Amino acid sequence: MDYLALYVTLKLALVTTVFLMMIAAPIAYALAYYRFAGKSFLEALIYLPMALPPTVIGFYLIIAMGPKGFIGKTWGMITGGSLLFTFIGITFASIIYSIPFAVQPMKAAFSKIDRRLLEAAYVLGLSKKATFFRVIIPNSVSGIAAAAILVFLHSIGAFGVLLMVGGSVPGQTKVASIAIYEAVEMMNYQAAGMIALSFIPISYAFLLLVNKLNEGART
Amino acid sequence: MTIAASFKKRLKYFDLDISFSYEKKNLMVMIGPSGGGKTTIIRMLAGLEKPEEGRLVFGDEVWFDSVRGINIAPQKRRLGYVFQDYNLFPHLNLFDNAAFAAVDKKEVDELFEIFKIDHLKKRKPHMVSGGERQRCAICQALARHPRILLLDEPFSALDAITRRGLREELKHLKKKMSFPIIYVTHDITEALYLADELLPVVEGKIDDQWMQRMITREPSAEVALRAAREPRLTLVY
Repeated sequence: MDYLALYVTLKLALVTTVFLMMIAAPIAYALAYYRFAGKSFLEALIYLPMALPPTVIGFYLIIAMGPKGFIGKTWGMITGGSLLFTFIGITFASIIYSIPFAVQPMKAAFSKIDRRLLEAAYVLGLSKKATFFRVIIPNSVSGIAAAAILVFLHSIGAFGVLLMVGGSVPGQTKVASIAIYEAVEMMNYQAAGMIALSFIPISYAFLLLVNKLNEGART
Repeated sequence: MTIAASFKKRLKYFDLDISFSYEKKNLMVMIGPSGGGKTTIIRMLAGLEKPEEGRLVFGDEVWFDSVRGINIAPQKRRLGYVFQDYNLFPHLNLFDNAAFAAVDKKEVDELFEIFKIDHLKKRKPHMVSGGERQRCAICQALARHPRILLLDEPFSALDAITRRGLREELKHLKKKMSFPIIYVTHDITEALYLADELLPVVEGKIDDQWMQRMITREPSAEVALRAAREPRLTLVY
C-alpha cells in the first residue's frame, strides 16, 4: 500500500486545517458582526470555490501560481523557487479550495451569539479582541470544531485541484486520491482498493463527530 | 459625582430629546411606558448607543460631546449595567461570571454571601432560576467597582414574588452603596417603592405629570392609552 501518499494526504489536510482556521476566523468575524459596502458580494466571492468545478479553480490557480502569475512571481522573488508541483503549492491550493467550508460554519456560530452578551463584555471593560477570545470563541466551540473537521475532510477528498496544481510527485504532491486514480489507470485494483478502504473509517468517524457537535450546539 | 446628560436622537416613532442632571448618591428611577426611550437613554449613558446630538458629563470627565466629537468607549466608562436578562456568559459558572471583571476576586465571595447565592457558585447560568441569575448579574456589576450602576428592568422577567423579594433587598442594599444607581422600570409601584428621585420619560421626553395621570387614570391622554397595555395588576403589590 502507498503509505507515502496517505501520509502526504494527512499532512496536507492537517496543515490546511490549521492555517485555514486562522485565516477564516477574522473573515467569519467580519461577516458576522460588521456591515460594510459590498459585503454580500464579498461573501459570495468567498463561497465561490464551493460552486465551481475543481478543475476551474485548478486552472486559475495554475495561471496565478505559475512563474508568470502574480502569486508565483512574488513567491519566486522571495524564495527563488517555484510553487507549482510542490507541497507548499498544493497547500495553498487546498486552502483556497476549502475556504467556504471554514468560513460558513464559523460565521453561523458567531452570528448565533447574542449581541447583548458582547455588549455586556464591553461594559465590563473588555476590548473587542479580549471579547473575541473570552466570550465569542468559548461560546462557539462546537461551530469552530465542526468547521475544522469539515475542512479536514474536504482536504482529504481534494483531487482535481491538486492534480492540476501539484501533479503527482511522490512524497510531495502525490496524495492518496491521486494514488488511487493512478493505480486504477494501471489496472492495479488491489492497490487502489487498499487505499480507498482506508478512507472509509476515517471519514465516517469524523462525520459522526460533526453530527455530535451539531447536536450539542442545538441543545 | 454629578451626571449631566442631554441627548437628542431620532427614533422610529418619536424624537428623543431629554436632559437631566443628577448628583446625589442615591437611587433615581426612570419610569415611563414601554417603548418610551428609557432603554435607549440607559444605553447612551453606557456608551452602547450614540446620540445624534448632546453631551454627557460624569464628574469632571466628558463621556460624550457631539460638538467636540468626544465619545468615550463603554470599556472606559467603568459602570455597572444589569439588563433584564442576558447578562451572564453561558460558558462560565456563576462564580466565574461574577469574577469576570472583578477588581478583587475575594470580594466575589462576600457578594455571593450577601446575595445568598454562595451555594450556587459552580452552577452554570442555565442551571439556576431567573432570580438567581439576576442576583449573580448584580454581583458581576458590583465586583467591578462601578462608578454608577444602571439597572434596566432587572427584575421584570421574574415572577411577582421573587421580584418583590429582590426589590426589598435592593432597597436595603442601596443605603450601603457609595455610588448613584439609575433604575429603569415601567412599574409605578416599583418606582414609588425604590425611588429617591423620579424621572418620568414618555416618548423620549420628560413628562412630570405622567405618573399622576396613570394613577388617576385620566382616560383622555394618548399616553394613557399606550400605558393601558402595561400590567396594571402590579399595583396590587
